[in-house]
Amino acid sequence: MNGFLLNAILYILAAIICVPVAKKLGMGSVLGYLIAGILIGPYLLGFITNEGEGQDIMHATEFGVVMMLFLIGLELEPKNLWKMRQLIVKVGLTQVLITAALVFGIGMMLEIRWQISLAIGLSMALSSTAIVLQSLKEKNQMNNPIGRMSFGVLLMQDVAVIPILALLPLLIFGEATPATDAAGMHGLVDSFPGWAQTLSIFAAIGIVVLLGQYGFGPLLNWVAKTRVRELFTASALLIVVGISFLMELVGLSPALGAFLAGVILANSPYKHALESDLEPFKGLLLGLFFMAVGSTINFSLIFNNASTVISLTLGIILLKTIILLIIGKTKKLRLASNLSFAIGLSQVGEFSFVTYAFALQLGIFDQSISDTLMAVTALSMTITPILMVILDKVIIPAINQTHKAIEKDMDSIDEHNKVILVGFGHFGSTLGRFLRANGVEATILDSDPDRVEYLRKMGFKVYFGDGTRAELLQSAGANEASILISAIDNTEYSIKLVELCREDFPHLEVMIRAKNRYDAFELMEIGVENIYREHLDTSIRMGEDVLKKLGFRAHTVHRLAKQFRDYDEDALKVLVKFKDNRDEYISKSRQQIELQESLLSGELMRKFSINDHTWDSDSIKEAANTDGNS
Amino acid sequence: MRKVLVLFAHPKFEHSEVNQALIKAITGLENIEIRDLYELYPDFNISIQKEQEALFEAEVVIWHHPIYWYSCPPLMKQWIDLVLEFAWAYGPGGIYLKGKYILNAITTGGSQEAYQHQGRNNYEIGDFLRPFEQTARLCHMHYLAPFHVAGTHKITDQQLLQKAHSYKEFLLNLRDGADISQFNNR
Repeated sequence: MNGFLLNAILYILAAIICVPVAKKLGMGSVLGYLIAGILIGPYLLGFITNEGEGQDIMHATEFGVVMMLFLIGLELEPKNLWKMRQLIVKVGLTQVLITAALVFGIGMMLEIRWQISLAIGLSMALSSTAIVLQSLKEKNQMNNPIGRMSFGVLLMQDVAVIPILALLPLLIFGEATPATDAAGMHGLVDSFPGWAQTLSIFAAIGIVVLLGQYGFGPLLNWVAKTRVRELFTASALLIVVGISFLMELVGLSPALGAFLAGVILANSPYKHALESDLEPFKGLLLGLFFMAVGSTINFSLIFNNASTVISLTLGIILLKTIILLIIGKTKKLRLASNLSFAIGLSQVGEFSFVTYAFALQLGIFDQSISDTLMAVTALSMTITPILMVILDKVIIPAINQTHKAIEKDMDSIDEHNKVILVGFGHFGSTLGRFLRANGVEATILDSDPDRVEYLRKMGFKVYFGDGTRAELLQSAGANEASILISAIDNTEYSIKLVELCREDFPHLEVMIRAKNRYDAFELMEIGVENIYREHLDTSIRMGEDVLKKLGFRAHTVHRLAKQFRDYDEDALKVLVKFKDNRDEYISKSRQQIELQESLLSGELMRKFSINDHTWDSDSIKEAANTDGNS
Repeated sequence: MRKVLVLFAHPKFEHSEVNQALIKAITGLENIEIRDLYELYPDFNISIQKEQEALFEAEVVIWHHPIYWYSCPPLMKQWIDLVLEFAWAYGPGGIYLKGKYILNAITTGGSQEAYQHQGRNNYEIGDFLRPFEQTARLCHMHYLAPFHVAGTHKITDQQLLQKAHSYKEFLLNLRDGADISQFNNR
C-alpha cells in the first residue's frame, strides 16, 4: 500500500463512509473520523501498516488545531476575551493544577518515580482542544455557558503547554540525553540564554499584535483589490502559517499565537472572508488528525495489557470528570450542563502526544511507559465522544424529565443579526441606514474593498466578501438570521445567491433588488417572491409630484400611486407566463417593447383616475333626485 | 380681531362642488387660516408640532368637513387623536386650548328635515356631534353651534351661492363680533 494517491483515496473514502454514518447515528463527526482511522489502521483492515505513518500524519495535521484556534479567535472580539479572563484563569488554572496534582499523587502512591509521575500528571491534565471544540461547534454550543467554560479551560491548557514543556527538562534524572531540538515545539532560540529567550517570546507576541493591528489589514485589502479569490485564500494561509512559524521559533504554542492573531483580526472587515476561506482547510486537517489518532491506537498493546490500559483509561477519565464536575458545581452549572462540561473535557488531549514524545527523548519515560500512555490517550479520545453520545441521548433527556429547571444563560456573546444585507452601494446603504435608524442592525457584506474600508471608517460594520459562498454566509450568521437582502445591481449574481440560500439556508426569507422588469422575470421564474424593482417606486413618486404640480389633490395622488404600483406588480405576474412562450424567437429588446405596449394598453383600459369612484356621491344624488322625497 | 383657524378635511375635495364653493368663499380673508388636511397629509402622517402651533395661534377653531356615516372623515379623527395630546390639550398641564372657541362646519347629503327626531336619521345633527362637543369641553374650549349645509345632493346653484356667502359672513362675525359666546348652542 504505497503511493500518495492511493493513500489519499483511502483516507478520504474511509472518512466519506464513516462520518455520514456516525452523523446519522447522532454521534458527531469527531467519532466518525476516529472510527474511520481505527478501521483503516494497522489492527483492523490494515491498510496503514506502519504505526509511524499514523503518527506522522498526526503531527502534520496538528496544524488543523492551529487553524481552528485562529478561527475561534476571529469570533472572539478582544473585549469579549477580556470578559472571559476570570473564567480562563479561575476555572482553567484550577483544573490544570488539581488534575496534575492528583495524578502526581496517585503516581507517588503507586511508587512510581516522582519525576515520571509529575510528567504524567502534567500531560494528563490537558484535554483535546480539537475534539471538544469541534463537538461544541457541531452542537452549536460555543456560546452557551458550557461552551464558554470549556473554552476557558482549553485556552488555559494551551497556555499551560508552554511552562510544561519548559519544566520537563528539569525533571531529567539519571543519564539524560541532551535536550536540544528534542520536541517539535522548540526552535532556534533554544541556544540563547534565558533572558534572551524570554525577551524573544515577548518580541514575537509584540510582532503578532502589531501585524494584526496594522499589517494584515492592508495586506488583505491589497490582495482583495486584485479580485483573484485564490490569492486571498493564500494570504489567509500565509497569516496563519507565518504566525505558527514565528511562535515555534521562540518556542511558544503556534495554536496560541494563531488564537491571538485571530482575536486581533476579529474586528477586521475581512473577518467573514477569512473564516470562509480557512474553514475547509481546518475541517480537512482536523478530520485527518482525528483519523490519525484513530489509526495510532495500538490494539495489540491494549490486548496484551488489557487490564492496565483499560483501567488507566477509565481511571483518568473518571478522575478528570470528577474534578471538572466539582469545578462546574462551584460555577453553579445545572446537573445536565455540568455533566456535558465535565465528560466533554475528560479525555487526554493531543498536546499530550507532544509532551510524551518530549519526555521520551529527555529520557524521563522509557518506551513502554510512552507506548502505554499513547494508547491510553488515544483510547480516551475515542471513548469520550462515545460517552458524550450516551450522555446526550440517554442521560440528559432523563435528567431533564425529572426536573425541568430552566437554565439561566450567562450573558451571551453571540452577536449574530436577524438580517444579512449583501451589497452596500447607494441602494444598500440607504436601506441599511433606514433599518439602523429603526434599531435593526444588519450584518453587511460588500465585495468592494475600498468601500468596505471607507464605510468602516464611517462607523458601519461592513464585512468584505460576496455572498455567493455558503461558508461566507454561514460565518455571517445565515443560520441564525431570518432575512437575507440582496441590494446588488447584478441580477445574475442575485440569482446565484437565491439558489445558494435555497440549497443551504432554506429558512432564510430572501428579498432581492431587481434592475428592471426583465430581471424581475428571471427572479420570478426561479420562484422569488420578494422582488424590488429599483425604478418602480422612484418613477411613480416623481409622477405623483408631477400630478400634484398639475393641480391634482395630494391624497388622491397618493392613492392613485399605490393603485398603479399594485397594478404594475400584478401585471408582471400575468406577463411572466406570457413571456415564456415567446422566449425562443423574440430578442430581449423586442420583448421589452412588447411588454411596455401591453402594459400601456392595459393602463388605458383601466383609466385610473376616471374609474376612481371612491367618495363619489353621484349615484346617491341620482337616487335622491329620482326618489324626490328624502 | 380674532384669529380663525379652519381645519378642513375632505378626502375628495375635487369632486365636492359644495365644499369648493364654501372654501372659495372664505379663502384669502385676513386672519382666517385654512388648513387643508388631506392636502397636507395625504399619507395620514400628521405633524403634531405644526398643528399645535397653528392651534396655539388661533382663538376660534373650525372643524370643517362633510358628514360621512354620522361622523367626520378619518383624517379628521386622526387629527383629533394625534394633535390633542394629553398634558397639552387636556389633563394636567393641558391648558393650551383653554378659553378658545371651536365648532363644526359640516355638509350633509341628508336634508335639515332628515335630521329630526321624527326624521329619517332619528336624531338632530347636534346629537351626532356630541363627541366633538365633549372633546372640546375636555380641552376647556367653548363649543359653539355648528354651521350646517344640509341636503347637498339636491342643492341648487343659487342656494349654494347663498350658503357660501353666509358661511363667509359667519366666519367674519366669529372674527370680528363683539361677543361670540351668544353662538353657544345651548
